[in-house]
Amino acid sequence: MIDVADTIIHGVLLGGLYALFAIGLSITYGVMRVVNIAHGDFMVLAAYLALWPVTHLDMNPFVAIVPIVLLMFCLGYTVQRVVLNRTMGTNFLAPMLATFGMSIILRNGLQQTYHSDSRSFQIGALGTESLHLTDTIAIGKFPLIVFCVSVILVFLTSLLFSHTKIGMALRATSDDPETAGLMGIKAKRTYGVALGLSFALLAVGGIFAGIRTTFTPESGPASLLYAFEAVVIGGMGSLWGTFAGAVILGVAQGAGAQFGAGFGVLAGHLVFLAVLAFKPTGLFERTP
Amino acid sequence: MLQVQNLEARYGDFQALFGIDFDLKQGSIVALIGANGAGKSTFLKSIAGQIPNKSGQIRFNSEEIGHLPSDRIVRDGISMVPEGRRLFRSLSVQENLKIGAFAGRKGRWTLDAIYSLFPALKDKRHSPASALSGGQQQMVAIGRGLMSNPDLLMCDEVSLGLSPAIVKDIYNAFPSIRSEGLSLIVVEQDIDVALRVADYVCCFMHGRITLRGAPADLTRHQISDAYFGIGDI
Amino acid sequence: MRDSLSYVVSRNTALSNAAVWAGVVAAIIVVAVPWLPYVGTFGFMRWAVEVMCYLVLAQMWNLMAGYGGLMSVGMQAFVGVGGYSVIIFAQHLGVHPFLAIPIAGAMAALAAAITAPLVFRMRGGYFAIGTWVLAEVFRIAFSNVSLLGGGSGQSLTVMSRIDRNTREVAIYLIAATTLIVASAVINLLLRSRFGLGLTALRDSEAAAESQGVDVRMLKFQVYTLASFGAGLVGAIYYTSILRLSPSAAFDPNWVVASIFIVVIGGIGTVEGPIVGTVIFFSLRWALADYGTWYWLVMGTVAVITIMFAPAGVWGFARARWDLQLLPLQRRLTLKSAADASAPKPSQFVSPSNLES
Repeated sequence: MIDVADTIIHGVLLGGLYALFAIGLSITYGVMRVVNIAHGDFMVLAAYLALWPVTHLDMNPFVAIVPIVLLMFCLGYTVQRVVLNRTMGTNFLAPMLATFGMSIILRNGLQQTYHSDSRSFQIGALGTESLHLTDTIAIGKFPLIVFCVSVILVFLTSLLFSHTKIGMALRATSDDPETAGLMGIKAKRTYGVALGLSFALLAVGGIFAGIRTTFTPESGPASLLYAFEAVVIGGMGSLWGTFAGAVILGVAQGAGAQFGAGFGVLAGHLVFLAVLAFKPTGLFERTP
Repeated sequence: MLQVQNLEARYGDFQALFGIDFDLKQGSIVALIGANGAGKSTFLKSIAGQIPNKSGQIRFNSEEIGHLPSDRIVRDGISMVPEGRRLFRSLSVQENLKIGAFAGRKGRWTLDAIYSLFPALKDKRHSPASALSGGQQQMVAIGRGLMSNPDLLMCDEVSLGLSPAIVKDIYNAFPSIRSEGLSLIVVEQDIDVALRVADYVCCFMHGRITLRGAPADLTRHQISDAYFGIGDI
Repeated sequence: MRDSLSYVVSRNTALSNAAVWAGVVAAIIVVAVPWLPYVGTFGFMRWAVEVMCYLVLAQMWNLMAGYGGLMSVGMQAFVGVGGYSVIIFAQHLGVHPFLAIPIAGAMAALAAAITAPLVFRMRGGYFAIGTWVLAEVFRIAFSNVSLLGGGSGQSLTVMSRIDRNTREVAIYLIAATTLIVASAVINLLLRSRFGLGLTALRDSEAAAESQGVDVRMLKFQVYTLASFGAGLVGAIYYTSILRLSPSAAFDPNWVVASIFIVVIGGIGTVEGPIVGTVIFFSLRWALADYGTWYWLVMGTVAVITIMFAPAGVWGFARARWDLQLLPLQRRLTLKSAADASAPKPSQFVSPSNLES
């Protein structure tokens, strides 16, 4: 009984991290109908970029998030405008293949630069301290922080989409880029903002992941798959739906891990396949 | 205010417009009539910057705009209400109107002004755009076009799919739009409506203008000839 | 008044006819390799088997994605099923190893057929990653079967019963035959009604459906057929190297290589995979001393190709110089009534591919 509650709580907190992975992917797909295959690899890139201020400027990893987020936003904007905008058109294959190519470039580039040693960020005692909710249930402080940050970021992103001019432009462009042009919205620029936003969010996810566990140049694909599964489980059209999907994935993985180390990830895959089989549009799908 | 010379437009290998010459005087309402596929929409889209494959001159307020993308053209003061309305599904009615003002042109057309022009929209302003009837959606589309405070408003097939009563309601708004200083080009399938509303009529056929003149000066016979093309061209 | 025109509709050009003959000659040479001097060595044949495997796999991916519009990043699932099927049937069930290879292909097709309803619930980008997830599920599943060696894999020891010479030559010939048959089958398929339906499907699913193309069945057939091919590749490759593990058999690099080959060579063309394989192995050979640099270069070349020449090397050459070695389109050649001697090639409509 206690084990179940414990598993669920830890799964939910893990889901908070996965939500950070997934939100960016959801935005890119929502606005541009492109699945960024290099999504996970850019997360790893963010983590490696954060290594520099942390090791050479002795910066606290949490503080390092800020400049890296800004850097990644600019990178996302640039990648969209220079590379991906050229491939957007009626064919969906081309942009995906471009992100696929970037994924391989990133992985091997990082491998050449940093080799396969695993790295991680140290946050001292905070990494292992827990809060005791009851006599028997304790939750780690760091996972709780991640979860709270995740909720806040999803909320802020949601607010951006619903209440700001740029958010309206993003929604309009995702509906109908040609007519959005008639309003004065430059689709190319809007797409750039979308990818920039996506990168900014995945940077947070990448650094948090690097605190929680180790990372190597090969860590990207796994994160991509979790992000993707969260988006599919949660359903299209809603950021909170994606969040919920991430939480469900986290719980599934946590439950599966009880049966053995490798089974956590497998359980997540199986839940994903089950949702696909029985409710392919996702559990919390929202059509506008 | 708008001068078009020798405009030719293509979709891939297919040529839709041949050597179109067109002049618009400020403050007038011009109706474009013609059968389906005659080139009326293509003509409007060419001005709006949506047709990349074109040649000829398009001058607006003495500036050449033919090479500009659509987002620049709306900033210059030409607004297009596209065929089929094409409202943004993810946005509410009010948001659809607000986004019309994205280009940032200031003027007399504000949300309040649109609501006084089309009172039916005020109650529904927070509904998703798709929840409205066809006629109301058309009002939103026109309102959205007005929100950019254009000097020239172009309406493509406003009456398509709407009942005559609704069409009448919508066209009743046009005189007050014009009285605010706007010029209008209207593509209209319904010849009677077009003749009633417009100062000047152009008839398109197979990508060319076959007839032009004030409604009062044109006979029924002339119009059918130009529209249906009876006899050799 | 115009003269009445006479015209001829043909598929083949002089160049393509020459190419077909060249292909036949090449096929004969390829098959004769084990008995030729210099190239008839075990080392060369092993390398050739690898090249042929990559080429067949690329052709399969091209069939699915370039013609069917189904971009899969999970084809390695069926390579792995093929490889493991050989282990299961030859090593554990006592079937003759060379017979196990076609059986392995069939097993892969079966796996594809069973999982198709699931993956086809997704489209486009979702389909791509969904197939990847499926491949991961397969990988994890096979890693947990201790009978098949679990995570560290197993060796195909049963092959030691066959003497080395026979083994090496036989595998080589099986690979060569598979390549020749696969190429021929794909070519014939694409020229048939099946191919026409595929091209329609690729260009627009909705439009194809409205024309009476059974889209679901077509997708299913393409997917299963390509998976059969992938299974054969896995079976042949792992029989050749005699050992496999889950991380190798289900390695995403299988599909990564195929994608690069097809994208750089020319997606949606018959000649593309061949050109791409040549480029891939040339690059690998050229950068052999630099470790994994060749992946980085391949990735960069692929991205640049997508950005600037989305039809790939062959697509570019075809558009530029009107080359077709293995043409699928029909051409209309007009003959004027006055001059019946020399028909001049006239305008032809090319199928839309990546160039939008």
